[in-house]
Parts: sequence; structure tokens; C-alpha cells
Amino acid sequence: MGTLSENKRAALLSILLLFVGLLVWEMSIPAQKAVGELTEYELLTGGGQPKAGVPPPSQVFAKAWEQLSDPFYDAGPNDKGIGIQIGYSIYRVLTGYLLAALIAIPLGFLIGMSSVAYKALNPFIQVLRPISPLAWMPLALFIIQDSEASAIFVIFICSIWPMLINTAFGVAAVREDWVNVARTHELGSIKTAFTVILPAAAPTIVTGMRISIGIAWLVIVAAEMLVGGTGIGYYVWNEWNNLDLTSVIFSILMIGVVGMLLDAAFGFLQRRVTYIE
Amino acid sequence: MNSFLSIEKLTQRFPDGAGDELTVFEDASFGVEKGEFVVILGHSGCGKSTIMNILAGLAEPTSGVVKMDGELVRGPSLDRGVVFQNYSLLPWLTTLKNVTFGVQARYPDWSKAKVIAHATEFLAMVGLEGDVIRRKPSQLSGGMRQRVSIARAFANHPKLLLLDEPFGALDALTRGTIQDELLKIWGQMEQTVFMITHDIDEAILLADRILLMTNGPFARVAESVEITIPRPRNRTEIIEHPNYYAIRNHLVQFLGKRSKELSGQPSTPGETNRPTQVRIDKTIPADDPEDQQPALRAVNS
Ligand SMILES: Nc1ncnc2c1ncn2[C@@H]1O[C@H](COP(=O)(O)OP(=O)(O)OP(=O)(O)O)[C@@H](O)[C@H]1O
Ligand SMILES: [Mg+2]
Repeated sequence: MGTLSENKRAALLSILLLFVGLLVWEMSIPAQKAVGELTEYELLTGGGQPKAGVPPPSQVFAKAWEQLSDPFYDAGPNDKGIGIQIGYSIYRVLTGYLLAALIAIPLGFLIGMSSVAYKALNPFIQVLRPISPLAWMPLALFIIQDSEASAIFVIFICSIWPMLINTAFGVAAVREDWVNVARTHELGSIKTAFTVILPAAAPTIVTGMRISIGIAWLVIVAAEMLVGGTGIGYYVWNEWNNLDLTSVIFSILMIGVVGMLLDAAFGFLQRRVTYIE
Repeated sequence: MNSFLSIEKLTQRFPDGAGDELTVFEDASFGVEKGEFVVILGHSGCGKSTIMNILAGLAEPTSGVVKMDGELVRGPSLDRGVVFQNYSLLPWLTTLKNVTFGVQARYPDWSKAKVIAHATEFLAMVGLEGDVIRRKPSQLSGGMRQRVSIARAFANHPKLLLLDEPFGALDALTRGTIQDELLKIWGQMEQTVFMITHDIDEAILLADRILLMTNGPFARVAESVEITIPRPRNRTEIIEHPNYYAIRNHLVQFLGKRSKELSGQPSTPGETNRPTQVRIDKTIPADDPEDQQPALRAVNS
């Protein structure tokens, strides 16, 4: 045991914790009695109906196997595969997120470079930023008149702030010395922005992007529960209405896994742009 | 008056934070000739870096002008290379790319291969070769970083090279090596150099001429001391030259005593404020045999 590396020991411990957790979960759920063992009284009071209880992990695994073996089936509006639902959610998140990045990063550059722009825009940012993205939903639905676009708008509005603020902060904090290097080499402002300021501020900007994608993924589930139709958030809600808790738990896990993958992608990007001074 | 670089009546005032003005220096005037190696010595805070930033075009003086080759200096230029005190390498670029960054800016129409070859050549000149040039600055020692910064400046063939305490952060041994490298490159390229230092011995080793600044506020460039020791110089041999200690004593005297005595007075209007030219040469037999003092002749222009 002593020869194992720290990472291996941690991995073993994780697996152990997982097994113990699953075992406790499985054991703590009372098995459904078979119909034959029911008393007459229980039969009369409807105890024979399958009870909507929390399912054991074995059932969730079976569900996961079933769903993941055919993730893209489409059998009408209320019955689509998990892959299609997640696909819709990711599409909305990425659309809103990219629109936000397209505005937040250039605007953040401007705010970071000019203290006038910073002072002028700061009050708006301070008021708009603390608004819960879902609070925009009714207004968005009324103005945009389209649930799909409204969900994208909500993602846009929630992912813009961390990117905007981090970009502005990162750009403003670029060391004067590095800007002076650009100046003594007679680089124009566009060239300076791309060859000096952007790489210098990139770690801070990417951190903002990573926070934003995390928030966007949190918000999409809630937004889709509200607007309905498609998406993983709608799927969770729909399965809850069907009292299919197995599917609910399965989709909760999928939300976690997708969120983790999105975060890992930005973590990778972050490592690429980080530099040591 | 027609020096390659001429500084005329340069004045710098800053708000002193208490609503008043702090005059760092006033009406400073001096010149630097082409190919000359000029070192400026003065106490901390007298305004050396401020002067250098103005020469580089990175800062604007309150009044006065700087002319290079007869043209007014306004804003930074590739003709004035700067080696900053803290190296100012871009930490996300490799050593090589830090140098090609400058070369590309200087020679935009060179091919990529030519840019790399040129940068590699200058890195080799400061003793950085092989694997080292693919490393990031954070993976280099302080002395290596300093050398990269010098290579970046020299590779651009600026007309004027400005060095702000380039060896300030280095240990004595590394400092010696890089001083030698600097002298070697300077010897090959006939570069005009303007350098700030705190180190008297370094100044004597490197300079053709040393400018002495009085303490601030109202600092002045009070003297210009010619270093009458022939080149090539070598740190172990120059101390045996008869002029060495005479010059060194003069400098120590100035920095230890006279820089204080001369400081703090606003300049008299109408005065040129040019530094007094000082030439100390004990190798020339004194004209007057009764003159037992060190042969110090002040030539006021
Ligand atoms: N931006 C500024 N605002 C106000 N005062 C300044 C500013 N820059 C420099 N000073 C003042 O000008 C004076 C000269 O500063 P400078 O950096 O030129 O000194 P220096 O001779 O280079 O000193 P050192 O040898 O310690 O580097 C100092 O008193 C400093 O406080
Ligand atoms: Mg300084």
C-alpha cells in the first residue's frame, strides 16, 4: 500500500466511497413486496399498485443502460432519447454563451483599457449583474415571443457578467512593462491588443469563461423547466410528472456529467494559456 | 551643440501628493555623441529613470526637448532600444520568441527563417544556445533573462540603446560575465549606449564618459567625467591603470559629498546648466612641476 502514489490511493478511496454509498443506498430501500404476499386488506386499499418510491441504484443503472444504448431515439414530442435532450440543452447553452462571449470580451477589453469607459459602464454592470437570470424570463418571453430564443437569451444574460468583469480586470491588470515593450517596438494598438494584452490577460479571461459556462449550465436546467418542450431540464420535469423517479435520478446524473465535461474543456484551455511570471 | 543625442533644458515636475509640485530636475542639458558609451550615476530618486523614460519616448517631460539625429523625440521608436531594469520579457513566449518578437517588429518583411536565424545569432552572442532558447523566461535564471533582454535590444540594431540598471538584480559573478558580453557586443556594433547604474566600478569599466547627477529635488547633471583608460578594458587590468583610482576617488567624492552640497537649488534663469567637463589623466606629466595635486582640469564650456 505504501508504494502506491498519492493519485492511485485517492482513486482507490473514491471507488471505495462510491461502492459504500451505492450499497447503503441499495440496502436502505425496502423491497417492493410481490403481489402474492399481500394481504386482502392491502389489496383492497390499493397497496398492490407499484409505489412511487426512491428507486435503488440497480434500477437507475438499468435505466441508464437502456437510455444510453439508444440515446437518440425520437418517438414524438414527449418521448425523446436522453442524447437528443442533452443535445438541445448544449445547443442553447453554447449559442447563448458564444453570443455573450462575442460581446463581453471586446467590451471587457474596452473597459479594461479606458478608465472613462469603466466609470461610465460600471453603474449598469453593478445593477444588472445581481439580477437572477430567471427573473428575465417573463420579460424575454413577452418581448421575444419565442420560448427557444428566450432560453438562449437567459443563458446569454447570465454568462455575460463573469466574462465581462474578468476580461476588464485582466486587461486593466496587464503589467505596464509589457505594454512598454510593445510601445518601444512601435506596435500599433491592434497588434498590441493581440500580441501583448490578450496573451497577458488570457488566464484571467479564460477563468471568467470557465465560471460563465458553469453558471450557464446551472441556469439552462431551470430555464428549460420553465419554457418546456425540449432539453434536459424539461426532461427532468417531465419524468417527475410521470412519477418516473428512476429517470429523474438518471438525468440528474447526466446533468452532472455534462457539466463536468464542459468544465474540464475550459480547464484544459486554462492550462494552455496560463504562464508563470 | 550638435551631438547625436541632445538633451536641452529638460525639466520634470510631478505633483507631490500634497497639492504642491515636486521638481525632480530642472533645465538639464547634455549631449551624447554617436558610438559613445555614456553612464549616468546618481543617488536613488534623483531622476535617472525619469530621464531615461523621456529619452525612450515613454514619458513626456514637463518642458524641454530631446533630439536624436537632429529630430525631436516624440513617443517610443524602434530606433531607441530599451533594456528595462526588470528585463520585461513576455513570460508566455519562449526565449527565442521573445527575441523574434522584436526582430519581426523591426524587420516586418523578413522571412520567418531569416528572423529566427537572426534572433538565434544574437542569443548565441550573449551565450544562450541550444535547448535554453526553447524555454520560457520563468525557467531561466536571472542572469539568463537579463541576457535575453539584452539580445532582444541588440538584435534590433537601434541607433541608441538605453539600459536602466540592467545588472541591478544580478550577483557579482554573473554581473561580471554579462558586462564583458555587453562590452564585446558594443565593440562589434559601434552602438551608442546610455546606461544607468549604481555601481561605480561598473561605470568605470564600461563608460567613455560618466554623467554625475546631484541629489534631488532640483537635481542637476553636474559633471561629465571622461574615463581616460584605453580600451579594450578588462576588469582585472584596469585597476592597475594609473588613472583608475584617481577617477574612482573623484566619483566617490562626488557621490559621497558633493552630490548633497550641490543639491536642492533651483537653477538660475539664463544659465545653460551644462555639466562641467572633467578630465583626469595622470599619464600625462603635469605641465607645472609644482602641481602635486591630481591632474584635475575643469574645462567649463
Ligand atoms: N509618476 C510619478 N509621480 C510622482 N513622482 C514621481 C513619478 N515618477 C517618479 N517620481 C519621483 O521622481 C523622483 C525621481 O524618480 P526616478 O525613478 O527617476 O529616480 P531614479 O533616479 O531612477 O532612482 P533609482 O536609482 O532609485 O531608480 C523620485 O523622487 C520619485 O518619487
Ligand atoms: Mg530608477
